[in-house]
Order: sequence, then structure tokens, then C-alpha cells
Amino acid sequence: MIEIDNVHKSFGDLAVVKGVSLTVNKGEVVSIIGGSGSGKSTLLMCINGLEPIQKGSIRVDGVEVHDSTTDLNRLRQKIGIVFQQWNAFPHLTVLENVMLAPRKVLGKSKCDAEELAVQQLTHVGLADKLKTFPGKLSGGQQQRMAIARALAMSPDYMLFDEATSALDPQLVGEVLDTMRMLAEDGMTMVLVTHEIRFARDVSDRVAFFRNGLVHEIGSPDQVIGNPVHAETAAFLKSVK
Amino acid sequence: MFSTGFSSNDLLFLLNGAWVTLQLTFWSILLGSLAGLLFGLLRALLPRASLPLAWVLDVFRSVPLLIQFVLFNSLKSIVGLNISAFSVGCIVLGVYAAAYFTEIVRAGVLSVPFTLRRASRSLGLSFLQDLRWIVLPMATRVAFPGWLNLVLGVMKDTALVMWIGIVELLRASQTIVTRIQEPLLVLCIAGLIYYVMSLVVARLGARLERRWQEND
Amino acid sequence: MFDYSFQWRSALRALPDMLAGALVTFETAALSMIFGVLIALALTVMRESKNPLLRGIGNGWVSIARNTPSLFQIYVLYFGLGSLGLHVSSWLALLAGITFNNAGYLAENFRGGLKAVPDTQVRAARSLGMSAFQAYRMIIVPQLLRIVFYPLTNQMVWAVLMTSLGVIVGLNNDLTGVTQDYNVKTFRTFEFFAIAAVLYYLIAKAIVAAARLMAWRLFRY
Repeated sequence: MIEIDNVHKSFGDLAVVKGVSLTVNKGEVVSIIGGSGSGKSTLLMCINGLEPIQKGSIRVDGVEVHDSTTDLNRLRQKIGIVFQQWNAFPHLTVLENVMLAPRKVLGKSKCDAEELAVQQLTHVGLADKLKTFPGKLSGGQQQRMAIARALAMSPDYMLFDEATSALDPQLVGEVLDTMRMLAEDGMTMVLVTHEIRFARDVSDRVAFFRNGLVHEIGSPDQVIGNPVHAETAAFLKSVK
Repeated sequence: MFSTGFSSNDLLFLLNGAWVTLQLTFWSILLGSLAGLLFGLLRALLPRASLPLAWVLDVFRSVPLLIQFVLFNSLKSIVGLNISAFSVGCIVLGVYAAAYFTEIVRAGVLSVPFTLRRASRSLGLSFLQDLRWIVLPMATRVAFPGWLNLVLGVMKDTALVMWIGIVELLRASQTIVTRIQEPLLVLCIAGLIYYVMSLVVARLGARLERRWQEND
Repeated sequence: MFDYSFQWRSALRALPDMLAGALVTFETAALSMIFGVLIALALTVMRESKNPLLRGIGNGWVSIARNTPSLFQIYVLYFGLGSLGLHVSSWLALLAGITFNNAGYLAENFRGGLKAVPDTQVRAARSLGMSAFQAYRMIIVPQLLRIVFYPLTNQMVWAVLMTSLGVIVGLNNDLTGVTQDYNVKTFRTFEFFAIAAVLYYLIAKAIVAAARLMAWRLFRY
């Protein structure tokens, strides 16, 4: 369970997240939508401690993320994240990209790590690209590789930070399909996304962010189909 | 207390040496820039035909400058050319600078996107007009930092001309060292002069660069 | 046109000695690069440090190395240290001078290379649970190596060319030193130095070729 309680986050003088509270239950898929600068991506970075917070608390399975005694490296093993700019390691092959963390962080043997990596890469449809370097892949393929890389750590949670925003339109589908598959497998997911229709399809709940706050939250049919607030409706209209 | 044999005359002698260093730098950079500009344009615009030129210039970048000085100096006496050591210094340093500047110019010209050149040609500009008004102004900005580095490099490399008997800053300091036997002090002063000269050139260059950027 | 008869045949007899000198030249340059890289790494860390003293030393080193002639640096180490009672051989002064110079230039390259590896790479590595050290060692350093490989090759060639300055502080067993010895004995300046020039050129080209081969093997991406 991820418990976000009254979190404040600012970059210098610029307050980005201004008191967000949100709980994500085990097995739940929560989508966060909202305009740019509404603080949704920043919140994701705070969940696995890549960004510090100024006030409030975030607990993952009861463990305080922003506490100096917490072993963040251990905690991050169970929270996978996929970035907008996929961030493939360019000097490693696709297989090595996925094998690296299981070997070096989880201490798996080369053999086990390879088996695991091949399995994950097959799962995302990259079985024929194992020896290829990321630079030779399309954006969609690199993003699927990034998903496999995160999944190879067998995380309990997956965070997606606008995973399809930087892709060419024709490549978005393949990545969304992979994410959908994951959701159907029962993975606990938090996704920041601009794909409204996708969010409506896969989510258990949808949160609309505005000015660093949760402006409206509820079931997809309610928030997307029949929003209470005028701002939510206006946003949905603008992205359609 | 602190006593030294270093007199104000010695300082004057050092500054004189520094003046020679600056003159050498100026003339060799002038020569190197003109030749390098010509060679660089040739390399960028006629890459195939000018390949032998690239090989020749590469030799000047792969042989120690000291050896180049000695070789040219002895060649001078072999063919009976009657020019001063200062001229020898300028020519060798100039050719050396040209070898480097050619590559800088070439990279600068090639950095101008091909699409941009096509756009200017589509407006009816001739090859030379395109070169004069589009390519060179853009290439200049790309090449300038490299050129500035070259100026600083050549200024430091002038120290080697002492080997062929020119009294520039470093040689001047050595002369004084021999007399007053305080190498550390004298060398520190010489080093400081080099450092200040480099800094001034670098600052002037940075200011020029900033002014260009403001106009962008 | 001119009454000078070239005597290549007798000059070429010095070739074995000059080749031995070339080996000294190459070894000196290689040593100066090894020490130079190590010091440059330390300087790069120091310049990023929060301690003003360490930062000052790092910046000072780089600034002096880049803004004064390498011959001057060798001079200071040879004559300057000598006057402090630290008598160093001309070879050691040359090695130390080139190392000082290499470290300064390389530190600047390393800093630029570090900036060229995007922060997001560290972020991605950390998000997988890697420690900061693991992220540096397995993600940043390998990418940095590729970025600085070309400047590193260039610096190695420069190091070879710089060793020729040893003769000015009296070194007589490197390529230029040996050449100068023969020159003084026979006054066949042009012949001997032309051979030396060819040897330097060959060393420089061999380094570039070896580097290309290494880059091709190392950086397949």
C-alpha cells in the first residue's frame, strides 16, 4: 500500500506539490491526469525517493520513504519506475540493460539473471532484440525494454511517468498494450498519463491534479465520464 | 629579510621578452589564420581533391614543434635563405597554426546544416553569395572558440623558439636566472606574465563571443 | 642551386640508437599519461568538492597547466625544485612536467565529459535500487570513457610530442636527445632531425591507429 499524506514539494521558491494526500491499495491501478506543471510527475519521483519532499509523509508498505534511516536502495527494489524519456543505458545491450540490476542489486547469478531477463523481454515482445544496443531500437521498443528492466526486479509497485508522451503516435499503442497486460496481471500501478481513454479503460481510480493538489478523484467513469468540477471538464475537453 | 638580486632592469628585460612573445604570436597567428582559412575552405568544399593537403598538414600536427624549428632552420642554411631567426619562428609557428586552424575552419563550415544552404540557394543566392552571407558568418561563430584556443596555444608554443636563438620571455628569464641564481623567483615572475597574457586574451575573446550571442 | 650534399647513408647508421631513443620517448609519454589520468580523476573530484581548499587546488592546477607553456612547467620542476635543494634528474623533471600538463588538460576534458552524460541516467540507475557508487561505476564511467576517449588519444599524441622538450633540460636518451647528440657530433642537422621527424610521425600515427582499433573493440554501441 502506498500512503501519501499531505505532501509538499518545492524546487527553490517554486511550490510544485502543495499538500497532496492519496492512498494506493494493493492491486489497484490509479491514473493521475492533469495539465503540465500540475505536480503529477514530481509526485511520482517523490514516491521512490528520487526527489526529497519538504513536508508530509509517504509510506510504502508502512515504511517511511523520506526518513534518513530508510534504506532507499532496498525500498526502490520493490518500486519500479518507467520514465518519459525511457533512459536506456546506451552502452549496454538490451539483454544487459535488463540483467544489470538483478545481478548487481539482487545478487543473482549471471545465469539466473539472464533467464529472468529473457523471460521479461519475451513478455514485452523483444525476444528477437536481445543482443541489440538501445540506440538501434525505436522509441517504443526502448520504452518496452525499460518496462522489462523495471519488471526484472520483481517490483510490487510500478510507476509510469508519462511513459508514452515522448513517443511517435504510431508507437504509442505497443507500449500501452504492454502496460494494459501488466494491469490485467494484477500489478499495483500509478500512472501519470495524457492518454485519457487508456486511463479510463485500465484504472480503478482516476485523480485529476491541478495546481499541485488533487482536484478531483474517483472512479474513471465518474471523473472522466461525468466530472463534478468545471476545471476537470475543461481539462478533459482540452486534451480531446 | 627578503633580499634578491632581481632588479627593475631585469623586469624590463623580461617584459621585453614578453613583447617578443606577443609579436611572434601575432604574426604567426596572422599567417596561420589566412592560410588556415584558405585550406579549411578547400577541405570543406572540395573534400576529395584536397585530401593530399590534409595529409601534409597532418604531418605538421604529428611532429614535435621543436623538431620543426630545427629542420626549417637547417633547411634555411642549406638553401642559403637569408632571413632572420624571428622570421623562421613566425613561419614555422604560422604553418603549425595553419595546420590546426584548417581543421577548425573545416569543422565550422561543415557545421552549417545542408538544409540551410539549400534554403539560401533556393532564394537565388549564388554559390559565393551563399558562402559569404550564410555559411561564413555561421561558421565563424562555431570556429571562434577553437581559434581562440589556438591563439592561446601558439602563445605558449612560442617558448620553443628559444632553441633557435630568439630571446623571448622564457629565454629572457633563463638569462637572468644564470646571472642571479634565483630560478624559482624569476620563473615565477615569467610564469605570471604568461598567465596574465593568456588570461587577457581569453577574457577579450569571451567578451567578443558574448557580444555575438547577444545579437542572436 | 645549393652546395650541400645530403649524407643519408651515414645518418641512417644511427637508426638503431634512435629507435632505442624512440622507445624511451614512448615509455615516458605512456607513464605520463597513466599518472596524468589518475591525477586528472582526482582533480575532477576535487573541483566538484564542497571544500573551498580542495576546489582551489584543483582549479589552480588546471588553470596553471593550461595557461603557461609546457616548457615553462618543465623548467620550474627542473631549475626551480633544484634551487630548493630537491635535485631531480632531467628525465624526472620532464616526466613530472608532462604529467602536470596532461592532468590539467585531462581534468578539463573529464569535467566536460561528466556534463555530457545526462543526469537522468543516474536517476534510472538509482530507481532500480543501485547505490550511488554502483550507478557511477556501471552506468556513468563506461559512458564517460567513450566521451573522453578521443581527447585521451589526442593527449597521448601531445605527450609524445612534448617529450621532445626534455633535450632543453639536458635529457639525452630520448629520441630528440639521441638525435641532438648525433647532431652535435656530426653537424648533419637536417638528416638526423628529418629521421627523428619521421619516427615521431610514425609513433603518432601508430597511437592513433591503436586507439581506433581499441575504440572499435570497446564501443560497439
